[in-house]
Amino acid sequence: MPMRFVDEFREPELISKTVEEIRRLAGTERHYRMMEVCGGHTHAIYRFGLKDILPGNIELIHGPGCPVCVLPMGRIDDGLAIAQSDVIFAAFGDMMRVPGTQGSPLEHKARGMDVRIVYSPADALKLARLNPDKHVMFFAIGFETTAPSTALTMMRARAEKIRNFSVFCNHVTIIPAIRAILDSPDMRLDAFIGPGHVSTVIGCRPYEWIAQNEHKPIVVSGFEPLDMLQSIVMLLRQLKAGQAKVENQYKRVVPWEGNRAALRAMAEVFQLRPYFEWRGLGFISQSALRINDKYSEFDAEQRFEVPGIRVTDPKAAQCGEVLKGVLKPHQCKLFGRECTPEHPVGALMVSTEGSCAAYYNYEHRKAAMVGLSSIA
Amino acid sequence: MCLAIPGRIVEIYSDNPDSALVDVVGVRRKIDLGLLPDDKPAPGDWVLVHVGFAMSKISEQDAADQIHTLRMLGEMEGAIEEVKGYGLEDLN
Repeated sequence: MPMRFVDEFREPELISKTVEEIRRLAGTERHYRMMEVCGGHTHAIYRFGLKDILPGNIELIHGPGCPVCVLPMGRIDDGLAIAQSDVIFAAFGDMMRVPGTQGSPLEHKARGMDVRIVYSPADALKLARLNPDKHVMFFAIGFETTAPSTALTMMRARAEKIRNFSVFCNHVTIIPAIRAILDSPDMRLDAFIGPGHVSTVIGCRPYEWIAQNEHKPIVVSGFEPLDMLQSIVMLLRQLKAGQAKVENQYKRVVPWEGNRAALRAMAEVFQLRPYFEWRGLGFISQSALRINDKYSEFDAEQRFEVPGIRVTDPKAAQCGEVLKGVLKPHQCKLFGRECTPEHPVGALMVSTEGSCAAYYNYEHRKAAMVGLSSIA
Repeated sequence: MCLAIPGRIVEIYSDNPDSALVDVVGVRRKIDLGLLPDDKPAPGDWVLVHVGFAMSKISEQDAADQIHTLRMLGEMEGAIEEVKGYGLEDLN
């Protein structure tokens, strides 16, 4: 059995035993399609070479849980348009190389825009305190893992009566995206590996409909190789027994009820948008957050003229199909040619959590090296 | 960006109980404890830090495991650079 990286794993014996259990449960009779919802899991699956150690009839489909990847290009253009007018554009490092139609935030910086990388929304607020004569706009992205931090930052800004700070809100919620994927006619999934850190906030209850109404098992999972392998064992056991339950493999970090204070902060600042566009998935109703009226003075979309640009992805790029798991990254026509991590065309190639970048960095290079060594 | 990084609480600031100094693998920075009001961490406790906010309390063992995972993922250096705050942490 190819066991790349296994020596680096903690508890290699337990890993081997778990893989044996997966093989025993999976048998050879049927094919299993499991979606890992979270981009962190996608990255880990490639990095750890989990595909190499799983039996061939277990297929992992990469889900929509990479916030950078699902953001439509038009929103990047909108955010950058606001920053044209003497505004400091602050965003996470993940955003910096994401292409808009006129280039990425980093390329705008090279052309003179005041673009700053921040680690935390709290650091963007600090920038506002340090630059009282400038306006600081935080370009907010992320699922429920990140949204509470943005919310609390805005609550702090309001309490401090800071006037030169706003948020361009692109926060999205994971449940409607899972629903959209399940509703998609070309999607056939057997089970879900549930996101780890999103669930520290929302808990496990919001997934119950997946089990009850859609009859698909879901296991909230940690990020270590053993966590993910154990989650696959739990999913296979349910599938073999004809069950569909929500289970929590990541109990050491994820409480069943989530983080109530974080949910309260989100409820204080945000309300659901009627609909929001997702790259590759189209418009999904009630799938994103906007800033509510109480906090409108901190809402960049209220404070500034927003062009509301809608940009369709380059026709040749098949980001949508890859995002839905219909195509594997290397099956896209642009993969590894026009579109590489150095020169990304689509957002799935930008973030390390995007399936194209993960595939390129591990599988593609591995294949290239094998090819080279066979020539040598 | 979905991966959080473990940090150990060094000090809770007396002038702001929602603000703490944490040690993240040798890097010290200020974080916000406002999302853990019901289960406030104390100095010496380990927390998972995500974008500058403590998301949950974790055990020392889990912290060590998480750091190991980040190292294996090749994310540790990037994560530490982020935690340093791109120079902002030094300004007051």
